[in-house]
Parts: sequence; structure tokens; C-alpha cells
Amino acid sequence: MAHDRATTRTAASKVRFLGAAKTGTQDAWRVRVTSVALAFLTIAFVWIVLSLVGKDYASARAFLARPPVAILLLMFILSGVQHMKIGMQAIIDDYVHAPHLKDASLLANLFFSFAIGLACVYAVLKLSFA
Amino acid sequence: MAEVDLRPGSLESRRPLSPHLLIYRPTLTMMMSIAHRITGAALYFGTLLLAWFLIAASTDAEAFAIVSSFMNSLVGKLILFAFTWALFHHLLGGVRHLIWDSGHGFAYPQREWLAQATLIGGALLAAGVWLLAFWAR
Repeated sequence: MAHDRATTRTAASKVRFLGAAKTGTQDAWRVRVTSVALAFLTIAFVWIVLSLVGKDYASARAFLARPPVAILLLMFILSGVQHMKIGMQAIIDDYVHAPHLKDASLLANLFFSFAIGLACVYAVLKLSFA
Repeated sequence: MAEVDLRPGSLESRRPLSPHLLIYRPTLTMMMSIAHRITGAALYFGTLLLAWFLIAASTDAEAFAIVSSFMNSLVGKLILFAFTWALFHHLLGGVRHLIWDSGHGFAYPQREWLAQATLIGGALLAAGVWLLAFWAR
């Protein structure tokens, strides 16, 4: 049997493309990619929050509508909700084993992450364009 | 899954079991691993505050006044301080994990230094940001 040293895929699964590890590492990789993005974006986020301290409504709105602020917030939110969805899924996978409760928890995690992400994106866009 | 009979004297109860987390003596690196998970979960629910603030700001002055008065109250400030600390602790813990991913920092003194740096750095950064916040207003 010929072995291809560049891959760990077995010959049969290579032909069928049915190996177990097609997408299994996707979450592990994505949580790291988003963590690198978030390391920088968190600094931007803290700067934005600090800049908002003590501002009245009109100046807070004006600040949040500035393009660099809105774009950094959008990047922070989009990386953040991906990162937190994967993290919470790992927690559920580790601790919740009852079949229906596990399914319900995984769904709730997905819906919560999407809802938070969409709500924040909607608000930032509305602040920018309204 | 097959049922396992763990009553005293059963065949299964006499088999060796893999050691559980609770039998180990607590170490700093273990505590930091647990803290990383807890701060991550806390930040997960903390995003509700960010969503509330952004939606209020995008709605009207009245909604903004409500969220502002909550965040300026004692309870609000305590929650925001906890959020700030969790954010920096989890950020530094994440950097520690990235260092480990690169294959470095597993050896004896280094892993303890990294754990201590995460703990102290997270607290210092949170305190520093709050000093800046009080100085800015």
C-alpha cells in the first residue's frame, strides 16, 4: 500500500473523501483565529468605551457614528460572537450530557449568539446611518 | 449507551476508573484554566450589556438615560468592573494559550510565570482602565 507522507488521510477515505477529520478541527482553528483578532480588537473596544465615559447623549451618538469607531465595533462584535459561540459549545459538550437538554442547550447557544450579534450590528448600523 | 453496574461488589465497580479532576491537589495552572472558562462564560452573558447599551443609544435619549443611570449606579459599576477584569483576564489567558499553541512555555518555571502574569496582569489592566475612566470624566 502506497503511503502519502504529506497527509494523514487513509487511502480509502481519500478516494471516497469520507475521512472522519474533514471539518472536525474547524472550531478549534476558528476559535484561535478569532482570538488573535479579538486580542487587538479588545484594545480598540476598551478605547471606545473609555471615550464614551462622561459623554451626553448627543456626543455619545456622534462618537459611535464615526466610521473608525463603528467599523471597529462591528469587527469586535462579529469576531466576538463567533468566538463565544464556539467557547460555550465546548462548555456544553463537556458538562451537559442528557440528550434533550444537550440539544436544547446547543440550540440556545446558537440562537443567543446570533441574536446578540445581529442586535449589536443593527444598532451600530442604525447609529451610523440614521 | 450500555448500563454500567456500579453497585458495591459488581464486576464494574472493581475495575480501575480513570482519575477524576477532584482527586488532584489544586495548582495555580489548574485554577487559571478553570478561571479562563468561567471568565469566558461570564463575558458571554456580559454581551447582553453591550447589546443593551448599543440598542439604547440607537433608540432615543430616554432609553440612553436608562442604560446610563444603570451603568452609573453602584451595582452597574460593580458589574462593569467585573466585566472589565474578566475581559482582561480572559484576554491574557488567551495569549497564554496562543503561546502554548506555538509549543513554548510548558516547562516548569515558565508555566507558573505565565499563570502569575495572567493573574496579576489582568487585575492591573482592569484597575488601570478604571483609573483612566475616573480621570477622563
